[in-house]
Amino acid sequence: MSRVALGIALAAALTAPAWVWNPYHLHTLIMAGIFAVLALSLNLLLGYTGQLSLGHAAFFGMGAYATGLLTVKLEWSPWIGLLAATVLPAAAGYVIGRLALKLRGAYFVLLTISFAGCVSLVSVNWMDLTNGPLGIPGVPPVEIALPGLPVLSLRSKAAYYYLVLAAVALSYLMCRALVRSRVGRALVALRENETLAASVGIDATHYLVLAALISAGMAGFAGGLYAHYTRFVSPEVFLFTYTVTMVIMVVAGGKGTLAGPVVGAVLFTVLPEALRAAASWQWQMLLYGILLIAVLFFMPEGIVPSLRAAQRRWRTS
Amino acid sequence: MTLEARGLTVRFGGVAALSGVSFRVAAGTVTSLIGPNGAGKTTAFNVITGFQRPSQGTVSHDGEPITGWRPHRIAARGLVRTFQKTSVFPGLSVRENVLTGLHLRGRVGVIAALLTRGRVREEERDLGAEADRVIEFVGLGGRRHEAASALSYGDQRRLELAVALAAKPRVLLLDEPASGMTASEKAAVATLIGRIRGQGVTVFLVEHDMRLVMGISDRVLVLNYGRLIADGDPAAVQRDPEVIRAYLGAGAHAHA
Repeated sequence: MSRVALGIALAAALTAPAWVWNPYHLHTLIMAGIFAVLALSLNLLLGYTGQLSLGHAAFFGMGAYATGLLTVKLEWSPWIGLLAATVLPAAAGYVIGRLALKLRGAYFVLLTISFAGCVSLVSVNWMDLTNGPLGIPGVPPVEIALPGLPVLSLRSKAAYYYLVLAAVALSYLMCRALVRSRVGRALVALRENETLAASVGIDATHYLVLAALISAGMAGFAGGLYAHYTRFVSPEVFLFTYTVTMVIMVVAGGKGTLAGPVVGAVLFTVLPEALRAAASWQWQMLLYGILLIAVLFFMPEGIVPSLRAAQRRWRTS
Repeated sequence: MTLEARGLTVRFGGVAALSGVSFRVAAGTVTSLIGPNGAGKTTAFNVITGFQRPSQGTVSHDGEPITGWRPHRIAARGLVRTFQKTSVFPGLSVRENVLTGLHLRGRVGVIAALLTRGRVREEERDLGAEADRVIEFVGLGGRRHEAASALSYGDQRRLELAVALAAKPRVLLLDEPASGMTASEKAAVATLIGRIRGQGVTVFLVEHDMRLVMGISDRVLVLNYGRLIADGDPAAVQRDPEVIRAYLGAGAHAHA
């Protein structure tokens, strides 16, 4: 049954630009994809190592600025920009991980919040580099230039949709490969019982740093995708709202599962837009809040684990 | 060779949990560390396995000093412990617990995990077979897919042992492995410890149950108020007047 559902979802995702004719709806799907990469990245830390980063928007924003600056000011290729959008935040994630050597739980949360605050302030105040609150307009579109073929510009929403879809698939497969190996077990061991993990030889620092590095790199990559999609980067990318949205997606979708963050990302990107169409603005946020509370109340483990449990019950009865 | 502690002292503020304790655990033996509550037994374990830094003194294994090493490094050297309070990975199944314990036997790192599916699959198959072997060894074969948190107390303690064994100890440090168990469960633990030793693993044991200790130990160390008051074979230690005083209080007759 879940295979059928998965097949339908995949087919729908692959053919979406063909039947989603309203560009605004396609835009919503592209944003859902970017958020899916973000949620997958946050899940690596929150869901598997059990450490909550409330500074994830910092990595997202750093990625957006990295490629924005390189492609606009230095006119480098967007592909190099996207690479830098991954590598620079990953380096920052490495530093955060090292600093978190002895910090867990609430202290880790505070560290990541402070880090995000610092980076955000830099983006506003370092006028010479970032143009401050005015942002960086004119970020070029991504182009695919293969030898012997005409240059394919991913300027259209439909084309960009496929780039984002590929990014989601890549992120998902990366997470899956990690989680299903010895590395993933080490991460989960830190979440479940760090003392016992150490006593069987798991180096907590090593794996925490690793998780932070990979997670930050993925979030930065999503930031790069966002920059080349909106073609504009401003300090708005550091908004705390982005982080909160990511946390909601991971927790509601099912933290510590592979599909949870993707399901959460799609649902909580589409939901506000659907509410915007359905209700007047005074009611949108209220309804959003009520729906979120309902999900967490009836499915405290998240949507994906709850559906799996329901499916098991249905099978055995 | 041996595990050796020299002049171990641990102070918590003004209290000395251990003062100048020296001992040796010979390879291939079962050595027990006993003493009244608060004597410093668990502190000694914590120091040996790197969870507590000594104020003074050194720990060495096979002649190499390991004082101040971090716990995971000491585990990698082959000194693996269990905990007084039951300690498993509660949200994981029995098999996943043991697979996690096998961490040191795997080789796959991040790069390999991301790029070489074949190697990962091969390693997972090998580790899986090894995990099943360890699970059978401790007698949890029928519980493989149950969540650790759903196991009975006795089975959780078996699982703890399985996780520690998975880490391939050269010296296995067991902190009260039989506490809170029924007589038959205790007997099963004693048998298991005998079999572990039979595989060439040195066992260092903290335990309160005297019958268990005297039955399986080659050597017994007695701590009282952070000091080592006796060190010898079980029979000699049982006759030691100072040991009897420590256990039964001053003025007790030596007929225990």
